[in-house]
Amino acid sequence: MRRIVVTGLGLVTPLGADVETAWKNILASKSGAGTITRFDATDYKCRIACEVKPADHEYGFDPNLRVDHKVQRQVDPFIVYGIDAAGQALEDAGLTDASEEERYRMGCSIGSGIGGLPGIESESLVLDRKGPSRVSPHFVHGRLINLISGQVSIKYGLMGPNHAVVTACSTGAHSIGDAARMIRDGDADVMLAGGAEGAICPIGIAGFAQARALSTNFNDAPEKGSRPYDKDRDGFVMGEGAGVVCLEEYEHAKARGAKIYAEVIGYGLSGDAYHVTAPHPEGSGAFRSMEMALKKSGLSLEDIDYVNAHGTSTPLGDELELGAVRRLFGDDLKKMSMSSTKSAIGHLLGGAGAVESIFCILAMRDQIVPPTLNLDHPSEGCEGVDLVPHVAKEREVRAVLNNSFGFGGTNASLIMTRV
Amino acid sequence: MSDDIAERVKKIVVEHLGVESDKVTEDASFIDDLGADSLDIVELVMAFEEEFNVEIPDDAAEKITTVKDAIDYIRNVKAA
Repeated sequence: MRRIVVTGLGLVTPLGADVETAWKNILASKSGAGTITRFDATDYKCRIACEVKPADHEYGFDPNLRVDHKVQRQVDPFIVYGIDAAGQALEDAGLTDASEEERYRMGCSIGSGIGGLPGIESESLVLDRKGPSRVSPHFVHGRLINLISGQVSIKYGLMGPNHAVVTACSTGAHSIGDAARMIRDGDADVMLAGGAEGAICPIGIAGFAQARALSTNFNDAPEKGSRPYDKDRDGFVMGEGAGVVCLEEYEHAKARGAKIYAEVIGYGLSGDAYHVTAPHPEGSGAFRSMEMALKKSGLSLEDIDYVNAHGTSTPLGDELELGAVRRLFGDDLKKMSMSSTKSAIGHLLGGAGAVESIFCILAMRDQIVPPTLNLDHPSEGCEGVDLVPHVAKEREVRAVLNNSFGFGGTNASLIMTRV
Repeated sequence: MSDDIAERVKKIVVEHLGVESDKVTEDASFIDDLGADSLDIVELVMAFEEEFNVEIPDDAAEKITTVKDAIDYIRNVKAA
């Protein structure tokens, strides 16, 4: 069977727009949260978010590095983040100069949860105020979710499978899992896979706040808002950015002497079949997703040293996931560490699963697990689990599990190991 | 006044197409010289309409292929 390895990484996050900066800040327990600056959120229930910082910031994002000026003007932020992260991953893998023949076997699977919400919002206002003839001719293809994969394929000449997952907050994990299968099935040798989000705009914040999903009690202390597993948690803090990995068939990577970060060995998916926003009360979908990934991986639970949790900081979700993890791991629970990096960078929605998979890979590379910030008073269900409160922890990390669960009751789990 | 129109047209072209201003000569073709596609031209025409407060019908817009075409069209409309 064809094995799938990771040979390149790319990140755009609220704590840094390249892999090493973001990781350094995560390990230093920094928070990317702040008062919303994209628009005046004074009258909103939630006034905080984890925004990608501007280019002049210490760890800001410069879109001019990899995205043409013209493209920047035409597309929504999530596409800009996605193109940049994909470019980073391809550069890291050393595949930017691939031959035409190779590029027929290289594809993209980069999705998003929501897509171009800010542009849909602003062009709707143009339509309403100025009429149909003022709507941008780039409106549609500047907002569509598959246009990260489209733009990246055009920019780098990647003529293999061109795909885009849309499964809300599971998008990033599904993108990687599905792309791995495409390589396994022989559709491609290399896939840029991941997810992006850029939905910090009035309708995005208002919509999630009305769904009672966002934190609203920490508007005066933004860095305290994302607090997974803590008793005072009251919803997630919206993040933005992108994560993209370069997946490659193992023999292909070995033959060209590529640096190999990790191997994707387990992928599980399930549906809750329960409720559009609330997770299943017994966490059954989460459990089955993890169980399937474990079975596919061929590993035992004792092999898994770190779980990067979905852990969004919502009152219901965190403990249900923890309960499912507890049931799955049984006695092996006390040996592993589990944390939620959403405590530092917020919830990147469609980007979350990919960004967090990259943190998992870096945890294996550096043998250190990132912390869960703001875990001052763990809720009762947390007993006996090492949730890595406040500070990163050096420990052995041989294999990792990443969970992502989304609205609609969609669940994805990935297991990766060192090679 | 007419020079003002030329400068404003060129500024819009630079901004929308992301090209160096010295490339935006009056003879420059949007598609052949400045890397625009047909949708970029639709967007440019919309920007001219907004900037100069004129309406450029589709059949006239189709004939605007160079920077000079745009400047001339706007001058004529404004002079009328």
